[in-house]
Amino acid sequence: MTAVAPPSLRAGRHTTTKTAPRSSTTAWARRAPLLPALIFTIVVTQIPFLVTVFYSFQSWNLVRPGSQHFVGLQNYIDVFADSQFRTAMLNTVVLTVVCVLVALLLGLGLAVLLDRKFTGRGVVRTLLITPFLILPAAGALLWKTTMFDPTYGLLNFVFGGNTDWLSEFPLGSVMAQVVWQWTPFMMLLLLAGLQSQPKDVLEAASVDGAGRWRTFVSITLPHLSRYLQLATLLGAIYIVNSFDAIFLMTQGGPGTASTNLPYYIYQRAFQGFDIGQSSAMGVVVVILTLIVATFALRLMFRTFDVSGRK
Amino acid sequence: MTARKKFGSASLTTATWVIAILFVFPLLWMVLTSFKQEADAYTDPPRVVFSPTLSQFAGIIERGFLPYLANSTFVTVISTLIVLVLGVPAAFALSLAPVPKTSNVLGFFLSTKMLPVVAAIIPLYVIAQKTQLLDNVWALVILYTAMNLPLAIWMMRSFFLEVPTEMMEAGRVDGARLPTLLSKVILPVVAPGIAATALICVIFSWTEFFYAVNLTAARAGTVPVFLVGFITSEGLYWAQLAAAALLASLPVMIVGWVAQNHLVRGLSMGAVK
Repeated sequence: MTAVAPPSLRAGRHTTTKTAPRSSTTAWARRAPLLPALIFTIVVTQIPFLVTVFYSFQSWNLVRPGSQHFVGLQNYIDVFADSQFRTAMLNTVVLTVVCVLVALLLGLGLAVLLDRKFTGRGVVRTLLITPFLILPAAGALLWKTTMFDPTYGLLNFVFGGNTDWLSEFPLGSVMAQVVWQWTPFMMLLLLAGLQSQPKDVLEAASVDGAGRWRTFVSITLPHLSRYLQLATLLGAIYIVNSFDAIFLMTQGGPGTASTNLPYYIYQRAFQGFDIGQSSAMGVVVVILTLIVATFALRLMFRTFDVSGRK
Repeated sequence: MTARKKFGSASLTTATWVIAILFVFPLLWMVLTSFKQEADAYTDPPRVVFSPTLSQFAGIIERGFLPYLANSTFVTVISTLIVLVLGVPAAFALSLAPVPKTSNVLGFFLSTKMLPVVAAIIPLYVIAQKTQLLDNVWALVILYTAMNLPLAIWMMRSFFLEVPTEMMEAGRVDGARLPTLLSKVILPVVAPGIAATALICVIFSWTEFFYAVNLTAARAGTVPVFLVGFITSEGLYWAQLAAAALLASLPVMIVGWVAQNHLVRGLSMGAVK
């Protein structure tokens, strides 16, 4: 950590200064530094979404110019009748839940291993975070070729057989890559949690004769709960949007076996050119996300220090 | 007892090392593969001993990797700078001189991260098409700025909050005006935090895939877009792919190693220090 130690106070140098009555700054003067960032963010993130809502009530296919017209809720009716959309939704849930949980467990294991002094600890930590640092696109292609390839892939070399991982277990293969990519993140977060444990409590437990496992379950895990929640939440935010791995490894296939919502909407928009329907899907996804996020935001605000100074 | 403890500790260390190496093995394999001839890259059993070559790296450059690298660098640097220009004052206004309804504003910034990117891509595509921003680096600059700004504001705010209140007060009592207070008192304390935030923004911009693939192509494509060429055009150039993956990832790998202590703080938007 970079040292952010409080520098020496310049006490004593201001004994003669009068406490100038602070000119009542108007609220707007205070807001001024915030406004550019706020306006920029609103324009770039909210307006496109409003346009998406507008498109979702239109029938519009880019392949047929001039076909754009208002169709009311028809797109939404089609979306809910679309079984592929439901498959994609289910895949999204499975992918997010499984990846977050597995990455969390693996990350916890690695964090526990790293939470002690040993030779080369810094090197091991650096090694372990690297999968998170390589381009996700590079990671996906790497797994697709050197790991999963049926003939020359390392997995089949190690385990024998000639399984075609990507067509037999498409979603599983994608999840393996996503887990590999996200485990380091979980590890770092939980390691920070482990290292923030007050040492004296652990020592007291050990003096009291509590075994390692007992100490872990009754002291460490409760202490970690805040970090586990945060890791779950942040991991979910990022993983629910997974696109790179699916695009590069399976193209959503075979069929729709590994299609998640981002990939499905992408397909409908950029391969089917169906602007109206893909927009309606986008809106549905946002509404679903909002439901989850309302709950999540509440959690975040409990976890983050939003009230300002402690 | 101590001997047993020592042995236990040593075996745990060994286990940790073995697990770590297994975990990153795909990456080590990538590095190894990038120095192979194509003929050595796909063999059964996999070949560990071979005569190393740099020809794959040369091959990538020949395939036109450098313009993509230049685009990535441009987009990353410029968007990160804009994030700082917009974000530092905003973080200040949400921490040391808090505006009314600070938590609402913070909540808004956070909520934009929860909006699925896919929900906005269609209008963005149409808008970019109409404004000549399709396959234009500036489209990515704008979007990456918006993507990183909330994260940066939250992260920098957590650094600003670490400025001791006494320092601010001491400065104020000194009669220092805001600009002086900023440059002499606050900036030295938060500078490392701002640097860390910039590094995190660099990582996210460099690795971004979705916008890049959908909004750019040959002219403004970034490094991830170059990698896509490996699935669509040619199937089996593993060694060249490994070299490309390595070259494309190396800048962020280095940045990430440098900033590893701040990685968590960046990803958790400042929640975990």
